[in-house]
Amino acid sequence: MESVSLIMLIYVFVLAIFVGFELISKVPPILHTPLMSGSNAISGITIVGALLAAGAEEFTISTILGFIAVVFAMINVVGGYLVTDRMLKMFKKK
Amino acid sequence: MNIIIEISYLVSSIFFIFGIKMMSSPKTARKGNFISAVGMLIAIIVTLLDKHILSFEWIVIGLIIGSLIGAIMAFKTPMTGMPQMVGVLNGFGGGASTLVALSEFYRLSGNIPTQTGIAIVASLLIGGVTFTGSMIAFGKLQGIVTGKVVKYPFQHPLNLILLIATITAGVVIVINPTLSWLVLAITFVSLLLGVLLVLPIGGADMPVAISLLNSYSGMAGATTGFVLQNNELIIAGSLVGASGIILTQIMCKAMNRSLMNVVLGGWASAGTVQTASTTSAKGQVKSVDSEELAMIFDSAESVIIVPGYGMAVAQAQHAVRDLVNVLEFKGKKVRFAIHPVAGRMPGHMNVLLAEAQVSYDKLLAMEDINDDFPNIDVALVIGANDVVNPAARHDKSSPIYGMPILNVDYAKTVVINKRSMNAGYAGIENELFFYPNALMYFGDAKEAVNKLVQELKQL
Repeated sequence: MESVSLIMLIYVFVLAIFVGFELISKVPPILHTPLMSGSNAISGITIVGALLAAGAEEFTISTILGFIAVVFAMINVVGGYLVTDRMLKMFKKK
Repeated sequence: MNIIIEISYLVSSIFFIFGIKMMSSPKTARKGNFISAVGMLIAIIVTLLDKHILSFEWIVIGLIIGSLIGAIMAFKTPMTGMPQMVGVLNGFGGGASTLVALSEFYRLSGNIPTQTGIAIVASLLIGGVTFTGSMIAFGKLQGIVTGKVVKYPFQHPLNLILLIATITAGVVIVINPTLSWLVLAITFVSLLLGVLLVLPIGGADMPVAISLLNSYSGMAGATTGFVLQNNELIIAGSLVGASGIILTQIMCKAMNRSLMNVVLGGWASAGTVQTASTTSAKGQVKSVDSEELAMIFDSAESVIIVPGYGMAVAQAQHAVRDLVNVLEFKGKKVRFAIHPVAGRMPGHMNVLLAEAQVSYDKLLAMEDINDDFPNIDVALVIGANDVVNPAARHDKSSPIYGMPILNVDYAKTVVINKRSMNAGYAGIENELFFYPNALMYFGDAKEAVNKLVQELKQL
C-alpha cells in the first residue's frame, strides 16, 4: 500500500465518522434499541473480508479462519437485520 | 470488472447511510432498515464475484450456518432479552474482525507492508476485546456471570501492563512479520483483556458497556477495512463506531457518570449507603389500595406513567396498556415519561411498550416531558426507582447526586407501585416514598395494575 492510498483511506475514515455523528444524533431516543441492533447488522460488513478470506482456492489455516469468520459475520448480519425489523414493525401510532 | 465492484461497494455504502438516516423517525425506520439490508446484500453478492474467490463450498456452508443461527436468534429472543442479543451480536462482529485479520496475516505469510501490519494488530486488539467483552456482558445480563462489580487484585495496573505488552508485541510484529507465534499471543491477550475489562462493570452499568462494545464492533470493522484496503468496510465501521459512541455518551450523561468512571468499574458507594435508621427519621409512608387508587385516577384529568425495568420483569406491559385504554376511555390524557436509562439498554423501554401495542406518540423522552409534571394530576411510577429519586437534585451525599431524574414529585399526586420497600437497582434509599404527595401502592406490578384496571372499570 503506498502512502497516497493510505491517506485516502484515512480521509474516508474521518469523513465517515463525521457523517455518522450527524446521522445518529438525529435518531430519537425512542428508536435507540433498533438503532443499535440495526447498526450492529451494518458492522457485519466484515462479511466482505470473511468471504475473501474463505474463498481462496487451496485449503489452508487462512481459509479455515475465513470460514469461521463467515459464520460469525453472517450471524451478525442476518440476526441484526431480522431482529431490528421485528422490533420496528411493532412501533405503531394509533 | 473491478470498477463495477468498486461502484457497487459505493452504492452499498450509500444504502447504509440512507438506511440510518431513515431511522430518524418511527414512520420511516422500518423501510430504512430494509434499505440498509439491501445494501448489505449488494456488498455480499459483489464480493462473491471477486476474482480472488475461487472455491465456494465452504462459503456457502458458512453463509447457511450463520444465517440459520442469526435467524433463530432473531425470532426466538424475547424483547426483554434484547440487550443480551445485541451484546452477542456485537461479540460476533468483533470475532469476525479478529478472524479476518488473523486469516490475512497467515495468507500474506511474512510479506506484510507496514500499514497492513498496523491494521492487522489493531483489528486483533479491538476485535478480540469486543468478542470476549461482549460475551461477558451477555453473561452478566443473562445472569450466567455475576452482575456485581467484580474486583480483582491489581486490576488497573494489570490491564495497563497487558495493553502495553500487546502494543509492544504489535510493533515487533510490524517490524518482523514472520513471528507468527507473537500474533497468536496478541490475539490471546486481547481476548483476555476483553474479559478483564468488562468483568468489573456492574449490572446497573451494562447499558453503557453494551453501547461502548457496539462502538468497538464498528471500529473493529473499520480496522478490517484498513487491513483489506476496502473503503466500504471503513465507512460502515465508522458509522457504527460513531453510533456506539453517541449512545455511550447519552447513557453516561443520563447517569451523571464519566465514561472513565464506568469503565474503571463500580458505583463506589453502592450497597453501603444509608441504613434503615436514616429512613425511619423521614417518617411514615402512606399506602393505598386498589379501590382508593381507582377513585384517585377517576378524578384525575392528566396522568403520566413512568415505567422502569421492574415493569418488564413483572411482565406488566400488557396490563399497563389495558390501564391506558381504560383511562383514555374515561377521557383522561395519558402519556409515558421514559428516562434514558430505563430498561437495560438505550431505548429498551420503548420497545417493550411498543410490543404491548402502546402507540409510540405517547412515549416521551425525559427532556420532552419533564417540565409538564407540575400540571399533572397523577404520576404513576411502575418498577422504576433511582430515576425518580429527588435526592439526585439536592443530596450531595447520595451516590446518584447530579443524575438527571424525572420530576414525578412535582405532580399533584405521585403513586409508586413496588413489591416492597426494598432499595432500587443501585441499592439507594428513595426519599420520594416519604413525600406528602406520595402514595405507595404495594404489590406485583402485573397483579396490582390489573386490579386497578378492574376497579376503574367498575366506577
